[in-house]
Amino acid sequence: MSEQPSERDFSLADLCVVACAEAWRGDGEILASPIGLVPSLGAKLARATFAPDLLLTDGVARLVNAAGVVEGWLPYRAVFDVVWSGRRHVMMGATQIDRFGNQNIASIGEFAKPRAQLLGPRGAPGNTINHATSYFVPQHSAKVFVERVDYVCGLGYDRAAKLGAGGRFHRIARVVTNLAVLDFETADRAMRIASLHPGVTVEDVAAKTGFALHVPPSVPTTRAPTVEELRIIRALDPDGRAQKELS
Amino acid sequence: MADKRISEAEVVARLSDGMTIGIGGWGSRRKPMSLVRAILRSPLRDLTIVSFGGPDVGLLCAANKVRKLVYGFVSLDSIPLEPHFRAARQRGAVEVVELDEGMLQWGLYAASLRLPFLPTRAGLGSDVLVHHPELRTVRSPYADGEELVAMPALALDAALVHANRADAQGNGQLLGPDPFFDDLFCGAAKQRFLSCERVVPTEELALAPLGTLRLNRMLIDGVVEAPLGAHFTDCEPDYGRDEAFQREYADSAADPQKWRAFADKYLSLDHDAYRRAVAR
Repeated sequence: MSEQPSERDFSLADLCVVACAEAWRGDGEILASPIGLVPSLGAKLARATFAPDLLLTDGVARLVNAAGVVEGWLPYRAVFDVVWSGRRHVMMGATQIDRFGNQNIASIGEFAKPRAQLLGPRGAPGNTINHATSYFVPQHSAKVFVERVDYVCGLGYDRAAKLGAGGRFHRIARVVTNLAVLDFETADRAMRIASLHPGVTVEDVAAKTGFALHVPPSVPTTRAPTVEELRIIRALDPDGRAQKELS
Repeated sequence: MADKRISEAEVVARLSDGMTIGIGGWGSRRKPMSLVRAILRSPLRDLTIVSFGGPDVGLLCAANKVRKLVYGFVSLDSIPLEPHFRAARQRGAVEVVELDEGMLQWGLYAASLRLPFLPTRAGLGSDVLVHHPELRTVRSPYADGEELVAMPALALDAALVHANRADAQGNGQLLGPDPFFDDLFCGAAKQRFLSCERVVPTEELALAPLGTLRLNRMLIDGVVEAPLGAHFTDCEPDYGRDEAFQREYADSAADPQKWRAFADKYLSLDHDAYRRAVAR
């Protein structure tokens, strides 16, 4: 059993990195595709500890192993092959997400003339129907966690269920935010609080969520980083950029 | 064998109003920017642009060249949201077909194989199919009976791509880490134009690993020698992205005056003058 640090020894960013890392636990020898800094640190931490077989790219076309050595080539052409084969777990952002995990990164407002054009759907439709997906939301708010998203890019459980066999590869593992970890381990596949970050209450999360969340009778606290994990995070992010992103 | 070397102006002369033009590269990476700027200087209009979008899309939107856009995303990579594209969308100035990135690949591939469509799960259940009811599904004729998206072929009138090296006959060499989908754009198009950093004798092409020879002369109708032709997007290993210039470009979206100043300073120039203007 590794030594446990006290709460003042780790930051919110450290906690979120570990919570992101947990998304890939048990995934085996697949491609981890983290979008953004905190998910990237999470994926690298997972590989450095409990998920050593994960594959990661350098963000361009090279597969780079834990020692920083190029071990393969994965241009975009091959990325889509991997996506459609299912050997991938992506962690994306979400401008909006609803109770069933439907996600929007494309635009806000009316499709024909959006109030805010964002990225477009990118790979979200194909990702979510083909392999495991998780999300990271650095600012948990009722603007992100909405009753209805303006544009379904990534599929939620309700949309996937309607597809029958076509939706059989859909899975949302978890949603990590600055307040909590959320998942869909419920009878109706609606979002629930899986764990609360230290010092955060159910009411805090509910106040910043635009729909009613499932709340189990007893909600655990998000697991703290171990001393070893903190050492690895410091080595991966010596300038503490993750903390700046979260504050 | 034909010497296919032509100028940017000759490429533009072979294009016409209302054409569907595919542009290679990805985001702000290895875009055929000297060809895009040649279109900006021309009277061409009402174009349909198909792209894994970057500043090619933003520039053409800002210059009011576009009637319709077909894309999976439009991004400057280091600046996630493309401001000129956003402005055009938020004005309702362009018709769009917003696809999953993989659907876009599949549409180009279908066109390059002369198939009416290719099946995929990507897009099923998403609002991509809601916003584009013209996209249809197809049922597997086999025992599984699964319903799939029938991604229609995206046939192009012309394709514009940029390579590191090419010979005068149109054998193109991509030396960077990712060939993107340039061969599919060329395969899907009636007319195919390749700009490159340097035209080299054919004998030099195979000095690098064979895997770099992603485009052969069956796929190319015209070769434009354009050193720094992808600027300000990256063209590894010849040069990286000009981030300072990209910021200047992005900032020019803030108001019409800034855009006019940017356009006057850079976009009115032919490629040789542009190269001198951006040398810093």
